[in-house]
Amino acid sequence: MQKIQLTWLRKNLFNSWYNSLLTILCLLLIIQFIRKFVWWTIAEAQWQVVQVNLPLFLVGRFPQTSYWRLWIVLGIITFLIVITWSVFITQKNLIKHKFINLLVPWLAPTWLLSCPLILWFMGGGLGLQSISTNLWNGLILTLLMAVISIVISFPLGILLALGRTSNLFIIRWFSILYIEIIRGLPLIGILFIAQVMLPLFLPTELRLDRLIRGIAGLVLFSTAYMAENVRGGLQSIPREQIEAAKALGLPTPLVIILVVLPQALRAVIPAIVGQFIGLLKDTSLLSLVGLVELTGMSRSILAQPQFIGRYAEVYIFVGLLYWVFCYSMSLASRRLEKQLIN
Amino acid sequence: MTHSKPPLWRDHRFWQIIVQLAAVICAILIVVILGLNLNRNLQQLGIKFGFNFLQQEASFDIGETILSYQPTDTYTRALLVGLINSLRVAIAGIFLTTIVGITAGIARLSDNWLVRNISLVYVEIFRNTPLLLQLFFWYFAVFLSLPNVEHKASVLGLIKFSQNGIELLGLNFSPEFSTLLLGLTFYTASFIAEIVRGGIQSVAKGQWEAGRSLGLKPSLIMRLVVLPQALRVIVPPLTSQYLNLAKNSSLAIAIGYPDIYFVASTTFNQTGKAVEVMLLIMLTYLTFSLIISFLMNLLNHTVQIQEK
Amino acid sequence: MRKSTLILAIAPLIFMLGACNSESDKTRDPTNTASNTEAPVARNTLNTVNNIKKRGKLICGVSGELPGFSFLGTDGKYSGIDVDICRAIAVVLFDNPDAVEFRNLNAKERFTVLQTGEIDILSRNTTWILSRDASISLDFAPVIFYDGQGIMIRKNSGIKSLEDLKGKGICVQTGTTNEQNLADQMRKLNVSYKPVVFEDVNITFATYSEGRCDAITADRSALVSRRTTLPKPEDNVILDELLSSEPLAPAVKQGDSQWTDLVTWVVYTLIKAEELGINSQNLAKFSTNTDPNIKRFLGTEGNLGEGLGLSNDFAAKIIKNVGNYGEIYDRNLGKNSQLNLARNQNRLWTQGGLLYSPPFR
Repeated sequence: MQKIQLTWLRKNLFNSWYNSLLTILCLLLIIQFIRKFVWWTIAEAQWQVVQVNLPLFLVGRFPQTSYWRLWIVLGIITFLIVITWSVFITQKNLIKHKFINLLVPWLAPTWLLSCPLILWFMGGGLGLQSISTNLWNGLILTLLMAVISIVISFPLGILLALGRTSNLFIIRWFSILYIEIIRGLPLIGILFIAQVMLPLFLPTELRLDRLIRGIAGLVLFSTAYMAENVRGGLQSIPREQIEAAKALGLPTPLVIILVVLPQALRAVIPAIVGQFIGLLKDTSLLSLVGLVELTGMSRSILAQPQFIGRYAEVYIFVGLLYWVFCYSMSLASRRLEKQLIN
Repeated sequence: MTHSKPPLWRDHRFWQIIVQLAAVICAILIVVILGLNLNRNLQQLGIKFGFNFLQQEASFDIGETILSYQPTDTYTRALLVGLINSLRVAIAGIFLTTIVGITAGIARLSDNWLVRNISLVYVEIFRNTPLLLQLFFWYFAVFLSLPNVEHKASVLGLIKFSQNGIELLGLNFSPEFSTLLLGLTFYTASFIAEIVRGGIQSVAKGQWEAGRSLGLKPSLIMRLVVLPQALRVIVPPLTSQYLNLAKNSSLAIAIGYPDIYFVASTTFNQTGKAVEVMLLIMLTYLTFSLIISFLMNLLNHTVQIQEK
Repeated sequence: MRKSTLILAIAPLIFMLGACNSESDKTRDPTNTASNTEAPVARNTLNTVNNIKKRGKLICGVSGELPGFSFLGTDGKYSGIDVDICRAIAVVLFDNPDAVEFRNLNAKERFTVLQTGEIDILSRNTTWILSRDASISLDFAPVIFYDGQGIMIRKNSGIKSLEDLKGKGICVQTGTTNEQNLADQMRKLNVSYKPVVFEDVNITFATYSEGRCDAITADRSALVSRRTTLPKPEDNVILDELLSSEPLAPAVKQGDSQWTDLVTWVVYTLIKAEELGINSQNLAKFSTNTDPNIKRFLGTEGNLGEGLGLSNDFAAKIIKNVGNYGEIYDRNLGKNSQLNLARNQNRLWTQGGLLYSPPFR
């Protein structure tokens, strides 16, 4: 046993003089870092700021008496994710599960139905006490903004990608113009346009809620990237398939809907998950235009007189929250990618 | 050639033209409606469109300038100072992030378990948290916790660290600049590391074996055989990482580094010229993007030809 | 098989887009429908009060990040002097101090948001200056806090006056009058300095506290209140020199005098109540008072409220729910708060301060 460990050590850490040196250097660095960090976490950090404000971080100012509604929403989403995940992962297995097979056609409509249901539980109305969007802060706002934006930008991105690969000159030109301009701009610039300039471009009677303007900004941004991702998928479709479909007498729109898109979209699912992770991180910029999402909430909390100066604790906690979501999604996306390649 | 022409509505070229015409008309209509709205709204707010404000006195001060600048200078001058600050951080950032990214990418494939996993942890932490938070972390947890000016920490007398920034061979970098630079570098490098790893792994195993059978050292095989081939795969996605870095430099506003976006934002705040300022910002960043894309295309070209 | 699932997946997404859009229509601010149904002639004459009443709540723009003025407590509720002004207005409109929706605004966007009508009132430690009143079409209510811009330095830095700041780093928040005042003052004195400029007021103070800047400039109230939260308050000194005067006042959009009057007199009510010695504790005792001034003020006699479109006992409601100016001050900034700020010029004129309310008659 001891011998195996020793050979492992020699093979993986000390197989040459420079590797030994590297190992020792790394060990020194790690020990130094961990010692400092652990000391800080236990002795110096005051985690009270997180403890006391935990509800604010997670659900913002959502009324306490209505937390049960959020639990239901969480339940619905967890259930759907578990089902979808199992469908995706087992789909390729040779012995297909009967039960799961049965679920597949219901998956998309269920997700679709859950969208208004979730919004109803969160926003209220129709018998439930209505809760203003102004009270949706913190983590739930972050997640909501990211999800709604990616969902809206998905069909728009497909349209733009089709536009960009279309042989209609003007449509192609418009699509390229839009995609390249947006991709050339920093996101805060686009959010600034959506928050400050959009009201200037709309009639005075039409006043959009600031959340909606935030979503508009994210959608403007994410549509262009979505289009590029989808375009990658479109280009991966062999030309023969399109020609074969056309030879069957299918009109172009049907060829696209029935033959090209299903294959192209399947190929780009990992890329879209990647984009969603990016978007989730990017929602932190909404705090710079005054929305109280997770990062904005940490700014508000840092202004509480009893917790001024506790930024390290707050930022580490918030960073951890972002990390948990992004990392688990990137793991899922890698798993999915393997599944799709096999 | 007497066969009857198909009716107009069956001719797909006819429909192509109609669709495109409709698109053009739609676009024109949208632009006109938005323009009219803008005009009316600006009138209501009593703001006149125009770039004359650029000649006015800026009356705010900028902390970090390479060009000489005073509050009595014009907005044009202030924006120019911001532009140069942006360029400074973007160019230095691209240079550094390439080094860090390639190092981390190669480290991911190291045969040393510890090195491999440190690199893995680094990549997973930095890729999966928002850059904005990382910048705050760098600023407060790293730079502002450095010793104050009287007690500079120095490494071999070459680099000196203090709260007033980094002093490297007589050059002085402010903490804001250093924060932004390191924040952008390490964030972008975590993506580049994955690109590099993917690129190296895409080179067939046989190439390594061939190199080894020629008696080359592993470091030489990497440099002479594998990397040149990997570059083919690496360069195109690298371009978009460089573009991201240039765009993300606009987050300077969060930590107080006076880049072009920061200066433009202050200008907007003082003059209320939202549309004009935004046009200037768009123009600047699109130019950045074009230049980076152009240079990277050149690089891509040379990389691809070498292979043939 | 798979094809059909994917089509099934796309089609709903497109519908979902529609669904989410219609959802957004619903959540859109109800004033839309109000202004849409109004005749085009009526559009220019704003009717803010009616819009607010139809909506059922007041929308109030605050900073949300400045202790004492407006910030979010651990219980998820806003407090501060700026917040109490909005609550007082909600009391006279709805009889309910909680019928207010607070929006966090940064220094930069605050005026645009008021102009576009997204908020009804801006109560965000905003300095009343001519150009804001005149050229960006705002109307200011009376000053609720007289402030001035000051400079705080570390005791051991040896800095005694503005001239000593030559070549030193000064932390300042952008988008405020502070930034320009500093540039003006230093130009006048011909002192060159290094500005370190931030968007976020908390970051500005945190940066000073970490020692990045030798000095920090902000409104004195902010300096005094933040000093108490520094690791070693006694090591920091606020210089006597004032860079400017900063009267902080709530602002509304120009052009609706009914609304401006209402906000103005709500502020005066708070001041008058303190002058008359009426507070939330002793209000009941005053209801039987025979002084005609007090009777008019509390609405047991006369019809002062009518002119503002309010009930006559609006002042009594405000005092009952929010208190008088002195109570508000003590609770948020003064002796009953963590900030413990002396009242100085924010005392009543009868006590040597600057607060003065015109008569209620």
